[in-house]
Amino acid sequence: MKRFPRTTLAVTVAGAASFALVLSGCSANAGGEQSTDENVKLTVATFNEFGYDDLFAEYEKANPNVTITHKKAATSNEARDNLTTRLAAGSGLSDIEAIEVDWLPELLQYSDQFIDLASDDVDERWLDWKTEAATDADGRLIAYGTDIGPEAVCYRSDLFAAAGLPTDRAEVAALLGTSWESYYAAGEKFAAAGTNVPWFDSAGATWQGVVNQIPNAYEEEDGTIIATGNPEVKKAYTSVLEASSTLSAHLGQWSDDWTASFQNDGFATMLCPGWMLGVISGNAEGVAGWDIADTFPGGGGNWGGSYLTVPEQSKNQAEAQKLASWLTAPEQQLKAFASKGTFPSQLEALESDELLGATNEFFNNAPTGEILANRAAAVDVTPYKGEFYFAINDAMQQALTRVEDGTMTADESWAQWVTDVESLG
Amino acid sequence: MTTVAAVEVNARSIRRIALSHTLSRWDVRFSPYLYISPFFLVFAVMGLFPLLYTAWVSVHDWNLIGGQGDFVGLENFVTVLSQGYFWNSLRNTFSIFLLSSIPQIIVALGIAAVLDFNLRGKTFWRMGVLLPYVVAPVAVALIFNDLFGDKFGLINSAIMSLGLEPVRWHVDVIPSHLAIATMVNFRWTGYNALIFLAAMQAVPRDYYEAAIIDGANRWRTFGSITLPLLRPIIIFVILTSTIGGLQIFDEARMFDNVGQGGASRQWQTLTLYIYELGWNQRNFGRASAVAWLLFLIIILIAVINFLITRRIAGTGDRKLRVRAKGIS
Repeated sequence: MKRFPRTTLAVTVAGAASFALVLSGCSANAGGEQSTDENVKLTVATFNEFGYDDLFAEYEKANPNVTITHKKAATSNEARDNLTTRLAAGSGLSDIEAIEVDWLPELLQYSDQFIDLASDDVDERWLDWKTEAATDADGRLIAYGTDIGPEAVCYRSDLFAAAGLPTDRAEVAALLGTSWESYYAAGEKFAAAGTNVPWFDSAGATWQGVVNQIPNAYEEEDGTIIATGNPEVKKAYTSVLEASSTLSAHLGQWSDDWTASFQNDGFATMLCPGWMLGVISGNAEGVAGWDIADTFPGGGGNWGGSYLTVPEQSKNQAEAQKLASWLTAPEQQLKAFASKGTFPSQLEALESDELLGATNEFFNNAPTGEILANRAAAVDVTPYKGEFYFAINDAMQQALTRVEDGTMTADESWAQWVTDVESLG
Repeated sequence: MTTVAAVEVNARSIRRIALSHTLSRWDVRFSPYLYISPFFLVFAVMGLFPLLYTAWVSVHDWNLIGGQGDFVGLENFVTVLSQGYFWNSLRNTFSIFLLSSIPQIIVALGIAAVLDFNLRGKTFWRMGVLLPYVVAPVAVALIFNDLFGDKFGLINSAIMSLGLEPVRWHVDVIPSHLAIATMVNFRWTGYNALIFLAAMQAVPRDYYEAAIIDGANRWRTFGSITLPLLRPIIIFVILTSTIGGLQIFDEARMFDNVGQGGASRQWQTLTLYIYELGWNQRNFGRASAVAWLLFLIIILIAVINFLITRRIAGTGDRKLRVRAKGIS
């Protein structure tokens, strides 16, 4: 679902640059011991903003025999197309390829195309579920986690005030509660105040939050597609649409209307992963009142986040792995967070003071570092995403859109979705 | 001895002459083929091979990354043809094609006719017409998406300020086709106008002079001289815009941020459908099957076009002769 360059976005979390970059220069083992004097040329392909530009220079300084070439794609879609095309062609990939969690499951199908990155150095480096998602059926770790997208709820305190609701972060968190029912109920309350502003942006975005809390929404681990017969999915579909009929702004996420709506009081709340803060502050520039509540309906939720892989095609696998390991170490990830706001997935970084002390001016100086760290800790379900996850979820997004824009009833649209899913096999 | 030598020399020179004759005969005979062969060699590599390879892929299970699977015969074609989205995208393709090509050619003719007058700053106007063609289609789409936003688009804002119902550009079928056709037209009208203009300038001016002396007005000369003489070019433009029109991709893909042609595939064209099958579902077998079907459709349309062309080109000349006679 995440089709938007996370870039713009990554401008993020803190007026990030504002908190001191004390760390620079104090990374203990930049690249580990220098094993060879041989000159090595490494290419690294990323997309959007990983915040690596300074880090590359630092690594090259510590390892004079290494030259790094950075290939940066503008959007993650572009990177995905590039990656799959070159995987198919069997050549042309970089030594390190950044991938996004959304297309990770597709790549796990072909995990033999990537080298096994597991090693003692990186044991216990990341949140469990972050590592699990990148581990294939044979237990090979094909990717090192970079950032994650723990979700909180962002809200417009000025619109809340106008509706007579509390505006304080903690009170709002209590009002929204921890279940979807309480989140929708708060929406009904908001609507009842007659502000004429929808509660959330779209059924599709809400769906993203709900479906990521279902362990096996569409597929079983053995690859059986259970999507169309899964009562949990049907229930979620019905409840999301029911809520959206009265609470949604019916704005497809990332659409031009959606972007424009930030300047037009389009909606009062939205589910926001860390990288979304940058999107909001970018789209809503000049709009006062955005704030972020430390809660998420239905438990925790994660949306998006990236990884680094070393393709089997690479001619410098060992050196590439070393660089990837260094880049994803907590110290380096914190620097990336400071420069571009990519929220770390490393346990050690999550507990660091730099992270926990980060605040965001746009969001009423909210302690975004602390809130998002809490949100990351609350994630307790790792949804299984198999080969067809992307395509099935995509079809579901369209099914929801069809109901929202009124081209079909909920039942017709569900039937169409079933046909779509069946035609995938 | 000497005579023998002389005869030998003679024979040699005769042989040499004979050889050079053969060579020059070959030269005349084969050189032209040699000269055009680079095109065909390149075509074989860049056109024919992919074409045949696509056919090969289309009869297999084939994953984008996983590569070749089992041979499945025509199953991919059968599956695709039995899917509603194929027929839906065929309808959309033709609808957008007609909505773009027809107005485009008519307007281009009009613009060319105006440019054919003695305007001040000729080059400026002519370059101005071509400018949209230089803009990348993706950039065009970005600009037009601001116009065609459902809720906050410029056009709908204008419509709503008049108290009318906003047009649901991204929901209803015909409006979405109109919007996409507008982008296509914006890009190609000027280009076609310049082609028409070039052809118009090749029309002998005496025809017009004679006609005007006989009292024909602008409309009459346009209808009776310009149009008939432009017929071959019009046919050419129709043909190229048919081929292009059946392959519309960029504008439709950029029309929303999802790029699959709408939640109900309201504006999914055949090429978008191919892309969805190949890159989203990673089913290259089916994508190739649709690609071949599209190829066959284009050939079919091209043949129909060709047959019509031959008839019109024939009658065109005759009509012109008759009309020219009538005028003089």
